[in-house]
Amino acid sequence: MSNQEFHVSFKNVQKSYDGKILVVKDLNLDIEKGKFVTMLGPSGSGKTTCLMMLAGFESATSGEILFNGKPINKIPPHKRGIGMVFQNYALFPHMSVGENLAFPLQVRKIAKPEVEVMVKNALDMVQMVDFIDRYPGQLSGGQKQRIALARALVFNPELVLMDEPLGALDKQLREQMQYEIKHIHERLGVSVVYVTHDQAEALTMSDQIAVFNDGIIQQLASPEDLYERPENSFIAQFIGENNQLRGVIEKIDKNIALVALEGGKKVSALMVDVKDIGENTILSIRPERVIIKPRASNSTDIDGKVLELIYLGDHIRCRMMVAGNDEFIVKMPNSSNHAQLKVGEEIGISWEKEDCRALKP
Amino acid sequence: MSEQLADNISLKKKLQKAERRKKIEALGLISPLFFVMLVFFFIPIALMLYRSIDNSQMPAALPQTADIIQQWSGEGLPDEATYAAIVGDMRIANEEKKLGMVGRRLNFDLVGYYSLLSKTGRKIDEIKGPPYKEALINFDKKWGDTRYWTVMERGLKDKTLLYLLAAMDLKYDENNKIVKVPEYEAIYISIISRTVYISISITILCLILGFPIAYYMANSPPRTRNLLMIILLLVFWTSLLVRTLSWILVLQNNGVVNNFLMFSGIINQPLELVFNRFGVYVAMTHVLLPFMVLPLYSVMRSIPADYVRAARSLGAKSITAFIRVYLPQTLPGIGAGALMVFIQALGYYITPALVGGPRDQMVSYFVAFFVNERVNWSMASSLGVVLLILTGSLYLMFGKKVNIANMKLG
Ligand SMILES: Nc1ncnc2c1ncn2[C@@H]1O[C@H](COP(=O)(O)OP(=O)(O)O)[C@@H](O)[C@H]1O
Ligand SMILES: [Mg+2]
Repeated sequence: MSNQEFHVSFKNVQKSYDGKILVVKDLNLDIEKGKFVTMLGPSGSGKTTCLMMLAGFESATSGEILFNGKPINKIPPHKRGIGMVFQNYALFPHMSVGENLAFPLQVRKIAKPEVEVMVKNALDMVQMVDFIDRYPGQLSGGQKQRIALARALVFNPELVLMDEPLGALDKQLREQMQYEIKHIHERLGVSVVYVTHDQAEALTMSDQIAVFNDGIIQQLASPEDLYERPENSFIAQFIGENNQLRGVIEKIDKNIALVALEGGKKVSALMVDVKDIGENTILSIRPERVIIKPRASNSTDIDGKVLELIYLGDHIRCRMMVAGNDEFIVKMPNSSNHAQLKVGEEIGISWEKEDCRALKP
Repeated sequence: MSEQLADNISLKKKLQKAERRKKIEALGLISPLFFVMLVFFFIPIALMLYRSIDNSQMPAALPQTADIIQQWSGEGLPDEATYAAIVGDMRIANEEKKLGMVGRRLNFDLVGYYSLLSKTGRKIDEIKGPPYKEALINFDKKWGDTRYWTVMERGLKDKTLLYLLAAMDLKYDENNKIVKVPEYEAIYISIISRTVYISISITILCLILGFPIAYYMANSPPRTRNLLMIILLLVFWTSLLVRTLSWILVLQNNGVVNNFLMFSGIINQPLELVFNRFGVYVAMTHVLLPFMVLPLYSVMRSIPADYVRAARSLGAKSITAFIRVYLPQTLPGIGAGALMVFIQALGYYITPALVGGPRDQMVSYFVAFFVNERVNWSMASSLGVVLLILTGSLYLMFGKKVNIANMKLG
């Protein structure tokens, strides 16, 4: 795919506010038209800054941002046609809901009858038609959120930016809104750049997730790839739950390494970003991919001691001591024939070697 | 069921008891301020306002006449008893040296009364009666003129609207009708409208100068902000008198500004910068500017940058975003600032008195003039009342528009 076909491209973008610290170190990100791309990262990792550069309220210190193939700093913010949903909604308090939605249409000099139709349609989309004459101060958080969304979409932008739009809502409402936003995106086909620090939200909604840390993108991948195939130990730790075991690479066979763990036990693992024999590595295994066995029966099985059992209804969570790590978690589905464990019991565990990923520490 | 009801009632009582204690505490906390306000603010102002209609020194000077003249129908001349009473009253008033005051007061309504009373008072012993009616009319035929008695009757009442009317360039004519004073006597309306005009101009100047300052302060980093705040508040650290006098030094004929302009060859003759309207505008705008900037600043600080950004992202040019999104949100600040500046300007005294010319004096100057030079408290109070009514009605009109409840002061 050539440059021209990306909707938005960040190319080696750097940003510093104070001339000392780089908030964004080296950002490279290509966003395809019509995709839902999420920037996921801990607070302070520069997500908002990236959105602000894209919307035109901050300028990149170096590098460039292409919008439809054109350098974006040549287009003033109001001509970019980018809808934006702000974290605190930023609904104009002195205008009614209807006036808020009409604003982007009025500044585009769209005729009045048409404005009315478009406002009604946008409100209909978020099921808020009855609230057209209310003022923002008279709305609940969830309602404000819907209005902010409708306002960002009413003028049919090609690209919508959302900065932690659900951050202030309670859990139930947040989950409901996640589906609604996702459905609206599918229906309208706009490109969405979504910012959140909530990984569950990112996994639910996105086509692609860019994980931010330390001013760079650690990995850009689909939710499935991100979860199943983390490319480095930050991602492995950040997304979902992961067990980590330290070891040294002893032997390499194509892309499978034999790793010596603390305590001398050797296991096979898929090599992700490690290369050489003798290198230190962290093995990362998802709790639900661990297989429980009555006793260690072959060479890749290792022993573990059950330390704690927590009954969680649909699954049972078992904390074990494995190769010096006493935080090793195993999730057992609550099926009719699951293993019956007791605290203090010694058992054997194993995993498919593809499920055990050897990463750089 | 009834048990529940009884429970509810006792709950209500408990709540009331708990609330009552809170209310008493609250009252206890505000009562010192309340008494201070009452004793040092409301009572003096009420007394001052009462002065504007108080006329009790007049019936006190001519007590018998004041009593008896009430029975007069107003048609024709009063009866003999009234004439007898006034001769008696005038004798005493003359001895107590009160007749001059009465004469001056009645002379407001009818020119010639002062000379009539002083002349009659001087020669009161020559008037022999009874019948006093004839004796007085023989002494001066003005005593047989009904107009003088109409004025006397009105002038001896306990209360009078005379001063209030005078403060609005109105008066009673001989037939007890309210009429405008002749043009050459009318001064107060023009003084009051001049006061309002100057105050509005200064409010506008403060807004024009203050808005950008407040905006800059609200949107700059903390260090710049604090520095600007200190510079702004410096104004409060120096006395009003010093600030006003320093403007004279700056603006006078051989002051800093004129010297600079002459030195640099822009002008050959000093400009008239002070002791005129220009000087009043400059000095008062300077003095009142902080009262505009502070409420504006506090309102602007509370407007997140996201609103303007949202407007821009929605397609508004920066000027449109400013006018349609930012400006409306600063209205509470503009309202509060304008009201504070305007109301203070209305009552300003020292600054216009020092840097203004004779044609730039405002109402307060005349209040001071009547108190200090004429010892006419009634007139001073009346001007005060007119100013108060004016301020009050503007406040109500203006306040409705910008919704005073939303205003932010500092
Ligand atoms: N306007 C600004 N001026 C100076 N520093 C800023 C500004 N905005 C953000 N920062 C700094 O940049 C870093 C990244 O901020 P931000 O982009 O808001 O992160 P995120 O949205 O991921 O939480 C933070 O350390 C923050 O303090
Ligand atoms: Mg943020």
